[in-house]
Amino acid sequence: MIQIDNLQKYFGQLHVLRGIDLQVKKGEVLSVIGASGSGKSTLLYCINGLEQIQGGTITVDGVEVHDKGTDLNKLRQSMGMVFQQWNSFPHLTAIENVALAPKIVKKKSKSEAIEIAKKQLVHVGLEEKLNVYPSELSGGQQQRLAIARALAMDPQYMLFDEATSALDPELVGEVLETMRLLAEEGMTMICVTHEMGFARDVSDRVAFFNDGVIEEIDTAENIFENPKSELTQKFLSKVR
Amino acid sequence: MFDYNFHWRPVLKSLPDLLEASLVTLQVAVLSMIIGIVIGLFLSVLKLKARGPLKWFATCWIELARNTPALFQLFFFGFGLGALGIHLTPFFIVLAGLSFNNAGYLAENFRGGFNAIPETQLKAARSLGMTLWHAYTRILVPQVLRIVYYPMTNQFVWAVLMSSLGMLVGFRELSGETQFFASKTYRIFEYFAAAAIIYYIMVKLILFISKLLATRLFRY
Ligand SMILES: Nc1ncnc2c1ncn2[C@@H]1O[C@H](COP(=O)(O)OP(=O)(O)OP(=O)(O)O)[C@@H](O)[C@H]1O
Ligand SMILES: [Mg+2]
Repeated sequence: MIQIDNLQKYFGQLHVLRGIDLQVKKGEVLSVIGASGSGKSTLLYCINGLEQIQGGTITVDGVEVHDKGTDLNKLRQSMGMVFQQWNSFPHLTAIENVALAPKIVKKKSKSEAIEIAKKQLVHVGLEEKLNVYPSELSGGQQQRLAIARALAMDPQYMLFDEATSALDPELVGEVLETMRLLAEEGMTMICVTHEMGFARDVSDRVAFFNDGVIEEIDTAENIFENPKSELTQKFLSKVR
Repeated sequence: MFDYNFHWRPVLKSLPDLLEASLVTLQVAVLSMIIGIVIGLFLSVLKLKARGPLKWFATCWIELARNTPALFQLFFFGFGLGALGIHLTPFFIVLAGLSFNNAGYLAENFRGGFNAIPETQLKAARSLGMTLWHAYTRILVPQVLRIVYYPMTNQFVWAVLMSSLGMLVGFRELSGETQFFASKTYRIFEYFAAAAIIYYIMVKLILFISKLLATRLFRY
């Protein structure tokens, strides 16, 4: 379980996250929507310790992320992350991209790591591209590669930061399909997304972010069918 | 007005010695590159990420290496350290001088390389649980080395040519050896012409091999 209490995050003077309270249970899929600059990416970075926080706590399976004694490298193995900008490692082939972390982080043997990598690449439908460099993959394929790379660490949670928003429209579907598959398999997921269709169909709950606070959080149905907050209504009428 | 008679025979006779000396030149250049690359990487990261004395140290090194004559840098490791009672052999004077210079120049190239890599590469590596060391050695540095591959080749060529300054601190690399034979036989022009040709061939060879290597190393 991910438990966030009164999270405060500043960039210098800029108060980006202003008291976030949030709970994500095992197996739950939470979508995070909201305007650009409202702090959605920052929240994900804070959850896996890529950003420092200035107040409050984030606890993942009982481990406080920003506690000095926390082994972040270990904690991050339980949380896969997929970024908006495709960042497959360009100097490694698809299978090397996926096998690297199991090998050097989890200290798997080379053949074990390759096995894991193959399995995950098949999982995301890239079995034909094992020895191809990312530059030869489409954006959608690169994003699926990034998902496979994260899954190879056998994470408990997956954090998606607008995994489809840098993609050409015709490539969005294949990535969303992969995410939907993961959700069906029971993966716990936090998805920052601009894809309202995905948020509505796949997520259990939806959080609407506004200016560093969670303006409204509810079941997908409630958020989309009868949002309580005026700001939510306004946002949804704009994106629909 | 032109009454100089060329005598090439002595040059031919000592050609094996010159070729052997050019191997010494290559050796010191290669070693200085390896050391320069390693130190240059550290300097560039310090300049980019460190604060306080460490950043200051890296900046000073880079500034001195790039903005003072290479010869003075060599003299520093020769006569400068000598004055302090530290006496290096000519080989180590040249190696230290060239490494110092390479590291400074390469550090600036590397810095440009690091800046050219999207910040999310580091974030992605860390998000997989990699240590900072792994993220750098496995993800960032390989990409940087590719970005600066040709500037690095140029620096290598420069190191080969710069090593000729070694003759001024008594190092018997190609220039030192040439100087030795030239003053022994007074066939100064012939010897230095021969040495120039050998330098030229060495440089061309390096450029050729570097191109060849690039096609094998960088398949992406
Ligand atoms: N490293 C940083 N340094 C300073 N300010 C930052 C940094 N990262 C983000 N910000 C600022 O924090 C605020 C929130 O940024 P964040 O990227 O979390 O927004 P977002 O909701 O993900 O937006 P988008 O939908 O555009 O991705 C923005 O005003 C942004 O300019
Ligand atoms: Mg964002």
